[in-house]
Amino acid sequence: MPKVTIDNITIDVAPGTTILNAARMIGENVPPAMCYYSKLQGSGGKCRVCLVKVTKSSEQNPRGMPKLVASCCTQIADGMVVENVTSPEVIEARKGIVELLLINHPLDCPVCDQAGECHLQDLSYEHGAATTRYDFGRRTFDKIDIGPYIQLHMTRCILCYRCVYTADQLTNERRHGIINRGDAAEISTYIQNVIDNDFSGNVIDVCPVGALTDKTFRFKSRVWFTKPVNAHRNCDKCSGKVTLWFQGEEVLRVTGRKDKYGEVEEFICNTCRFETKQKSDWVIEGPRRIDTHSVIAQNHLPYELDVVHPQIEAAQ
Amino acid sequence: MSRLKILTEHIHKPEITGIEGYIKNGGYRAVEKALKKMQPDEVTEEVKKSGLRGRGGAGFPTGMKWSFIFKGSDKPRYLLCNADESEPGTFKDRLLMEKIPHLLVEGMIASSFALGVRTAYIYIRGEYMYILHILQQAIDEAYAKGYLGENILGTSYSLDLHVHPGGGAYICGEETALIESLEGKRGNPRIKPPFPAVEGLWGCPTIVNNVETICKVPFIINEGGEAYAKIGIGASTGTKLISACGNINKPGVYEIELGVPVEEFIYSDEYCGGIKGGKQLKALVPGGSSVPILPNRLITTTAKGEPRLMSYESLADGGFATGSMLGSGGFIVFDEDQCVVRNTWNFSRFYHHESCGQCSPCREGTGWMEKILHRLEHGHGRMEDIDLLWDVQRKIEGNTICPFGDASAWPVAAAIRHFRDEFEWHVLQPQEATRRNYGMGRSAEPIEQVTA
Repeated sequence: MPKVTIDNITIDVAPGTTILNAARMIGENVPPAMCYYSKLQGSGGKCRVCLVKVTKSSEQNPRGMPKLVASCCTQIADGMVVENVTSPEVIEARKGIVELLLINHPLDCPVCDQAGECHLQDLSYEHGAATTRYDFGRRTFDKIDIGPYIQLHMTRCILCYRCVYTADQLTNERRHGIINRGDAAEISTYIQNVIDNDFSGNVIDVCPVGALTDKTFRFKSRVWFTKPVNAHRNCDKCSGKVTLWFQGEEVLRVTGRKDKYGEVEEFICNTCRFETKQKSDWVIEGPRRIDTHSVIAQNHLPYELDVVHPQIEAAQ
Repeated sequence: MSRLKILTEHIHKPEITGIEGYIKNGGYRAVEKALKKMQPDEVTEEVKKSGLRGRGGAGFPTGMKWSFIFKGSDKPRYLLCNADESEPGTFKDRLLMEKIPHLLVEGMIASSFALGVRTAYIYIRGEYMYILHILQQAIDEAYAKGYLGENILGTSYSLDLHVHPGGGAYICGEETALIESLEGKRGNPRIKPPFPAVEGLWGCPTIVNNVETICKVPFIINEGGEAYAKIGIGASTGTKLISACGNINKPGVYEIELGVPVEEFIYSDEYCGGIKGGKQLKALVPGGSSVPILPNRLITTTAKGEPRLMSYESLADGGFATGSMLGSGGFIVFDEDQCVVRNTWNFSRFYHHESCGQCSPCREGTGWMEKILHRLEHGHGRMEDIDLLWDVQRKIEGNTICPFGDASAWPVAAAIRHFRDEFEWHVLQPQEATRRNYGMGRSAEPIEQVTA
């Protein structure tokens, strides 16, 4: 098995694994990913926040790679040495890209529905500057309703293309795409009318920012005030395994079960997501552990806590 | 004194556009020779020996590129000719395709034979629609004469050649975006690897070459790779078409032997004929809008004091600190009355407009740079804008999917590096800067030691 060293930690991985997935196997200092989504074929490479430095390409080729590479779409080779957080160059580049992502993104997290579980918010806390150097007008779009349940607000979009892949890959035909170029590019092609299949709600789950939101949940509560609970029901369209988000006895929203990296374990259908919001519709399994380091994890169900052993200082 | 001309020797003969006139002037000999007397690998070998380098801008050795084509599968292979010539300042391929279309057709047949290609495409930019008709007519004539189609010239080799117009995007000149566009998709560059030589058009092994590169192949087959390698200087073999424009007496497309001194190229009557109106030379963009701009003091001599030559190596001498690139040969000359800030803004505006928007640094950064440069040029700039601009370009360069990001960052970086005084003057004298231009400034001052 090829060996790869990331930030001085060596691991054996299967050939063909990407640097990002190898880092996820190690589980420490994982490069962030805004566009890569392991369940979506062809995703990745676009947001550039997962850039890492390869200081040694392989056992045969001890030279590094001349540029920083996107870890989500660069495959490992035996003997590869990668620097992520140990490289100041990578941190600098990542900081730059976060700044660029934010120049046209509204900085109104307090009124955004995604706040608390937004990947861009996490990134900007980690790498962003406290002030902006961009003092020009920001790009804005009108909100678009995609059917009765989903709202698209392109102003917040970072063009990760995840929803495009989701809509293409969960159904048999191509659903939507991108129109226009450069910073005028938008997710579109008459999107309000074409997205009408049973699994369209998954575009909300894959969206790393608040561009696609659940209209049945919008502005009902901040996500960190709701209690996530694993639940299931018999569904003839999907697995029916979901996370319910409770406030008191009321189910405010239903989402797929998201892992540490914000990726759903299984895609769920619109009936489960939007139409079955009674507690009686579901079989409750137990509390959902939140593993992301987002604000959402701050109020409840954190990482397993270290056991604290208070010690009384010896009298001097 | 008459110089050796490989591509443009017969270009002014009116009959050369038609197939009869082209054959009368020695055309299609290379197809006959290659198909009847050579093996495909021998053709590739000659191209390798010739030292021919890609004329689209990067200067990658063509023979080596051809040898990378993946032969281990039974998938069809494709040859694509990149005629999406959209670089501001470059207009050399247009001349070839307009005046001597059969040279490209002949080159495509010979190159396709070398690569074992059965279907080849010429991807031409949409704005060249009238040239598409010229090429289509040339292809039709070649089919009628038996140079294309089934069993060419009675051999077992068959080839179909198609012309396909682009929709008007600069990015479709990037080879993987070109492939996407040819497949009928949005012209977004692909993430590499896999490289097109392994997985290109419709997932099959594909080679993409520039028009001028392909047009060199007939000469190499006729005269041999070694004869071609003797022309030129060092690793810059052969001739190169340079499309000269700007403040010169004789703008136009010139075929030069690589190694001609830049000074001679600008001032001799054989080429550009000097600066218009006898003004001073202020700056030069030697290879199309993407390459770094050079100030007066670095144009005719390198930082080491050697004469600067028109070759891949000499123009790049000194790296980005004091050098530039030959690029695609879009030679833009600026006289003392031109404004570097305005020109940089103009280039940035182009890159902002043409960014495909797929990856974040380029999508967001090109627009930001354009806005800052617009502000500087129009008298609203601040001193910290210059450093900000430097910072933004540095964050784009090297962090993008395709070379477009670098191409948008380099001209901005070089302009600040060499013409910082002019940028500062725009900030300090905003009123004056909107009325008159800065002039020569420190452009002609002796070289100081700068680092990239």
